Amino acid sequence: MSSAKRSNEPIVWFLFGVGGFFAAYFLPIHIMLYGLAFPLGLAPDPGYDKTYALLQNPLTRLYLFVLIMFCFFHAAHRMRLTLSDILNMRHLNTILAFVCYGGAIVGTVAAIWMLAVVH
Amino acid sequence: MPQYTTFQPKPYRPRMSAYWYLDQWHYLRYALRESSSFFVAYFCVITLIQIATLKAGPTHYAHFQALMRCPVIIILNALALAFILLHAVTWFLLVPRVALRQVLNRPTPDLIASTPNFMVWFGATLIVALFILGVF
Amino acid sequence: MADTIILEVERFHPERDTEPSYQSFEVPLRADWMVLDALNFIKDQLDGSLAFRWSCRMGICGSCGMTINGVPKLTCETLLMDFAPGPVRVGPLDHFPVVKDLVVEMDDFMAKLQKVRPWIVRKDDFKPQREFIQTPAQLEAFHQFSLCINCTLCYAACPVSGLDSNFIGPAAIALAHRYNLDSRDQGQEDRLDIISQHEGIWDCTVVGECSTVCPKGVDPSLAIQQYKLTATKEWFKSFLLPRGKN
Repeated sequence: MSSAKRSNEPIVWFLFGVGGFFAAYFLPIHIMLYGLAFPLGLAPDPGYDKTYALLQNPLTRLYLFVLIMFCFFHAAHRMRLTLSDILNMRHLNTILAFVCYGGAIVGTVAAIWMLAVVH
Repeated sequence: MPQYTTFQPKPYRPRMSAYWYLDQWHYLRYALRESSSFFVAYFCVITLIQIATLKAGPTHYAHFQALMRCPVIIILNALALAFILLHAVTWFLLVPRVALRQVLNRPTPDLIASTPNFMVWFGATLIVALFILGVF
Repeated sequence: MADTIILEVERFHPERDTEPSYQSFEVPLRADWMVLDALNFIKDQLDGSLAFRWSCRMGICGSCGMTINGVPKLTCETLLMDFAPGPVRVGPLDHFPVVKDLVVEMDDFMAKLQKVRPWIVRKDDFKPQREFIQTPAQLEAFHQFSLCINCTLCYAACPVSGLDSNFIGPAAIALAHRYNLDSRDQGQEDRLDIISQHEGIWDCTVVGECSTVCPKGVDPSLAIQQYKLTATKEWFKSFLLPRGKN
């Protein structure tokens, strides 16, 4: 038997799976600090200079790039399935895949563009 | 002579409700878990905006900080945190069960299987927090 | 305590009705009665036209699965008392065509089951002269998945099987997995061709209800996720080594 009819889903499922770990391990603390604690004054905001210095470190940028890329693909895959199964858009499967994964690719390219060079 | 007709079954084919996820708590919990994806995407975009404003200079970053203080954004962030925590907990309970079973070829209790995950989570959170707060 | 309970039973007559309706019956509420006993009471004493399937009354034949208060269960294993004071709603299994009253059509499931080749496949001319010896560890690897009794509660619990009638579904994939994990079997490749299609494992979104409702403690959800791992490994292998196959 040929493997021609086997689904190509493994590639997006793989990205989804790795992204699931990144989103679970690292996103909560980002939201807790930048999204809640600093704006509400619950923790001292380190301020522009320190945050920018952090961004100048290539390892930080590598971390941010990996985090953003995998999280985008994780979200894209799950959003596609959520829209098709929970919001009954199965008939739009091709368009959904195009929009969701396309969005993840755009987000990844944006991340590369922003993180590649920081003076 | 009675007249016989051959049996012509017309089975009833039920259709699923468009709001099937409201039928049962388990389904609703699933729908909530999957909805976390929208918040993951949302906060990735926020992080991209943060990086862009950081690169654009202190005045732009001040705008970003002001944006984060806006009540609507605070509420969105709180929701995002709740949903992503739901994702994290369900993920940590499910994934090791599958992965360990694959390696050990026998069932492992969920709690034992997922403990290392929760420890890594705690460690990762601590390290990232120390970096962000400028301790390192 | 009341000594009777109301059973709201879904009725559908294929030659008269276009849609099912509910009919209420008052039945004795006895401590040792299962829902199946109440249904048999209705058929014997109140309305002989009620149609439902049952056989063993001890949770092994898998034929008395019905939806009780919205949850798929084996009626022979579900105490009536648990629903006191009632009423109890009994309907046919969800996502299956209803033949009459509580009887559903299983043809589609049977076809899917056969498709995944749930039997030991040998590629060589292996002709056993005596029993094939397996170690306890080799048995442990597939034992849990071999407990499936084909009651299809998992299909009724799975929203994906309701949304996509082509989905091969939990029990069939769990059984395919059972044979894949069997040290005597050589049919993994054939099964992967069926199961790694979109309508196989990739339709599953891990609702997990199949494993919750299973009366035999099989974990079809786990089988499907393990299968996804295997299919992903195979996909990367064939992607990196396109000619590497055999």
